[in-house]
Amino acid sequence: MGDLITMDDLTNEEIITLLDNAKKMLPAAKGDVYLPLLQGKVLANMFFENSTRTRMSFETAMKRLGGEVLNFTSAGSSVAKGETLYDTMQMVDGYSDVAVIRHPRQGAAQYSADAVNIPILNAGDGAGNHPTQTLLDLFTIRESHNKFKDLNVVLVGDLRYGRTAHSLSHALARFNVNLTLVSPDSLKMPKEIVDDLLSLGCNVTETDNLYENIKESDVIYMTRIQKERFPDEDEYAKVSGIYKLSKIDLVGSKENMIIMHPLPRVNEIHPSVDSTKHARYFEQAFNGIPTRMALLCKSLGIDIDKEVA
Amino acid sequence: MKDAEMRRVTAICNGTVIDHIPGGKSLQVLRMLKLDSGRSNPISLVMNVPSDKLGRKDVLKIEDRELIQEELDRLAIIASEASIAIIRNYSVAEKRKIILSDELVNIIKCSFSNCITQNEREPLPNKMVVVNKNPVEIRCFYCGKIQDNSEITEHII
Repeated sequence: MGDLITMDDLTNEEIITLLDNAKKMLPAAKGDVYLPLLQGKVLANMFFENSTRTRMSFETAMKRLGGEVLNFTSAGSSVAKGETLYDTMQMVDGYSDVAVIRHPRQGAAQYSADAVNIPILNAGDGAGNHPTQTLLDLFTIRESHNKFKDLNVVLVGDLRYGRTAHSLSHALARFNVNLTLVSPDSLKMPKEIVDDLLSLGCNVTETDNLYENIKESDVIYMTRIQKERFPDEDEYAKVSGIYKLSKIDLVGSKENMIIMHPLPRVNEIHPSVDSTKHARYFEQAFNGIPTRMALLCKSLGIDIDKEVA
Repeated sequence: MKDAEMRRVTAICNGTVIDHIPGGKSLQVLRMLKLDSGRSNPISLVMNVPSDKLGRKDVLKIEDRELIQEELDRLAIIASEASIAIIRNYSVAEKRKIILSDELVNIIKCSFSNCITQNEREPLPNKMVVVNKNPVEIRCFYCGKIQDNSEITEHII
């Protein structure tokens, strides 16, 4: 019931409620107020694959709400000894009240949800889904623009393999934005996803030119071209560094245009952009905390409206 | 059954006749029923005979074995239109239809190499969701990948 495996598990109304609740969590997320709504609860952070921001922000979110966190990494654990995911999750079911899972295999989060009784929150399964990233991205956009409808959102970079871009584009299409998909030909958004976006009634434009789309955009969402996805170095070299934003590129852009990035960045955004009013990527990373606080409360059946009057 | 077909294969005394299998698919049907290897009952196979309904069809006659509904439903992905007759003492005792349910449990293994279910030791059943019934489109319940129907018999459990 409290599982979040893909964004399809949430209705538009539930997404908006989560974002509203995340907003209410901001003072507690910053540590200005102590809000022990989850005191006595235990979160299991199950990371079968590396993570920095997602793992740490879930941990901070849980601790800011007075809960405890068990951190698991597969290296040196029972998994290295050949334990199945099913067996590992049975243990977690007994040790904690909610579990976050990141796993290199696609479908691992849904599989875990089927294997146990506690709520499972998907923090990335292979090239599949990463819905909590999408929630914090939506939160960041709404904080800046106060709406989604009719915004011009430009997604840039590796749209072929990037799970972040896949989940986010789906969610944005549900909220009637105009999407511009910028990528080199070899990293275009998979056709089945573009078809989905179109069938949701979204205006979609595909192009390989970032720079001519800057002036009209309300949100520019940069992504890293992931070296590890390429079969050989030459192919990577052809597209690596193809899109780089620096301060000079932003001349003439809209006043309230924001630049986002799920991080880590390599060279897609020059540090000169960091000090501009457009940069939102560090705030975006912070927003993982209030959104994950709201989500943890939802999964554990805590009514935020009642608690934060 | 028409006289023309009667000439091709003789009637069976007891067993199951699967008619109106799409032309050329009968070997896949045998695989899905796990009747393609080892010692099985006598089976007569007619391939690519003219059919008003399908253009060309295959027919299977399996002697001394009455297939149960659960076995027949395995065929829904490749031969959903097939008609089944249970034969007792040379006459049709029962007619059965193949039913395509909304979920296929432990019939097909996901073909995606990075799906969690690829680990043979994981104990939960393989689950497929039927997204579309006509044409049949199935998707792995766990990883979400749409399965390629032309390769489906390669992944029978």
